[in-house]
Amino acid sequence: MNSAVDPTFNLSSSVSAKPGAVEAPTKIKVNNLNFYYGQNHALKSINFQIPEKRVTAMIGPSGCGKSTLLRVFNRMYDLYPGQRAEGEVLFDGVNVVGKELDSTVVRSRIGMVFQKPTPFPMSIYDNIAFGVRLHERIGKAAMDERVESCLRKAAIWEETKDRLHTSALGMSGGQQQRLCIARTIAVRPEVILLDEPTSALDPISTSKIEDLIDELKQEFTIVIVTHNMQQAARCADLTAFFYLGELVEVGTSDVIFTNPKEIKTRDYITGRFG
Amino acid sequence: MSDHTVSAFDAELKELGRKIVEMGGQAERLVSDSVGALIRRDGVAAQRVVVMDAAIDQLQREIEDKAVLVIAKRQPVASDLRDIVATLRISNDLERIGDLAKNVGKRVLAIEGEYHPQKLVRGVEHMSDLVLEQLKEVLDAYAGRDQAKALDVWRKDANVDTMYTSLFRELLTYMMEDPRNISVCTHLLFCAKNIERIGDHATNIAETVFYMVSGSMISDDRPKADVSSETTVSFPTRTLQG
Repeated sequence: MNSAVDPTFNLSSSVSAKPGAVEAPTKIKVNNLNFYYGQNHALKSINFQIPEKRVTAMIGPSGCGKSTLLRVFNRMYDLYPGQRAEGEVLFDGVNVVGKELDSTVVRSRIGMVFQKPTPFPMSIYDNIAFGVRLHERIGKAAMDERVESCLRKAAIWEETKDRLHTSALGMSGGQQQRLCIARTIAVRPEVILLDEPTSALDPISTSKIEDLIDELKQEFTIVIVTHNMQQAARCADLTAFFYLGELVEVGTSDVIFTNPKEIKTRDYITGRFG
Repeated sequence: MSDHTVSAFDAELKELGRKIVEMGGQAERLVSDSVGALIRRDGVAAQRVVVMDAAIDQLQREIEDKAVLVIAKRQPVASDLRDIVATLRISNDLERIGDLAKNVGKRVLAIEGEYHPQKLVRGVEHMSDLVLEQLKEVLDAYAGRDQAKALDVWRKDANVDTMYTSLFRELLTYMMEDPRNISVCTHLLFCAKNIERIGDHATNIAETVFYMVSGSMISDDRPKADVSSETTVSFPTRTLQG
């Protein structure tokens, strides 16, 4: 495990108010990463480090590469021919981009939640149990316990405990999204990737997910892609701004949202982008 | 700086900035009028100052309402957020400047008709010239988003303090020389203190402008040269010996 504390997380700042340094070991280290969709060079020499058990937000206009980077983290691009990554993404020191790791193993350790809730057309209970059964053989009692603990962690147990065996498709969008988070944590990943997890939800459901993110970071490393600036400011310890496939600026959210160093970052977060 | 995609946001920020400039102009005029009234012993002008302060209070309320609304609607960040925070802070300082000028006006009315030699007010006049210059400079720094100018104003506040300390000593001496001066000198001392406080508010504004433009606070300690709280003047021994 790569436990070196990355100096860039202790960003010193000229703001004399508390700079909010993020001090944590590195969980994911991106080294000189380039990504191509066929001829399209989508990520350009990205160097970036994600601290363990912290929330890192990736922001930027559509097409800037933030979702692409998220997909590289759990090898989603493997599914599509013509897409290739060059460089390194070190997950606890092991290169995820290389072939050393099987993508199923990668995905069990790096879970992902998408923009639109994607529950399986099965019961709430089975939505959680399905993924667990793929990776582990456990008895009924242990499975019951796992389902309950995941639903509790995803703050949805109270709403579902009396209807565990009814279809997940009957739940509200906000509930479905929390179920998807419960399903993701059921396989005990170390990292959770959230791709605009609240963009399809109402403000109350959004607040619940944000509250949940705050809880989950005690246990997991979280990376969130969001178009909601305030959400990044509220939830993330670290924020990275991407533009046209390049990482423009990364820093503690406290600094990025009060006093960003780069003009492009300022223009984007203040809504001055052409 | 380029414009926002939402042009109404730009209009709102410009409107807030315009109101600060207007409020600054009114505060400057009030300070200058109150000191003018003191020098000319002009009760009518002093009365006008007392009444005019209400306009500044009104502007402050308007700025506060608008700023709160902009925060609620636009959720500003970075330079926009600093702009709005600066607007709120500066309007507070300007409102206090208005109050202090009004207090000078009231004191002009209180000592109206009392004998006071012109030399007594000369010191207050000099000090107010310096403070008015500071106020003008800092408002220019705000309008021009000029960080260096703001820092310059901030540094020069020590001159006002020094002048106040010497004025304090001078007025005490006048009181000792002739007890008939006590009433007028006490009021003048308060006027001088008010003007010194106006200088402090100009310094606050300088700090705010620096923060608004740079995103960081001025890190040095504020230069202070007001030692009036430790200043006494002894009776001349000659008088005591009779």
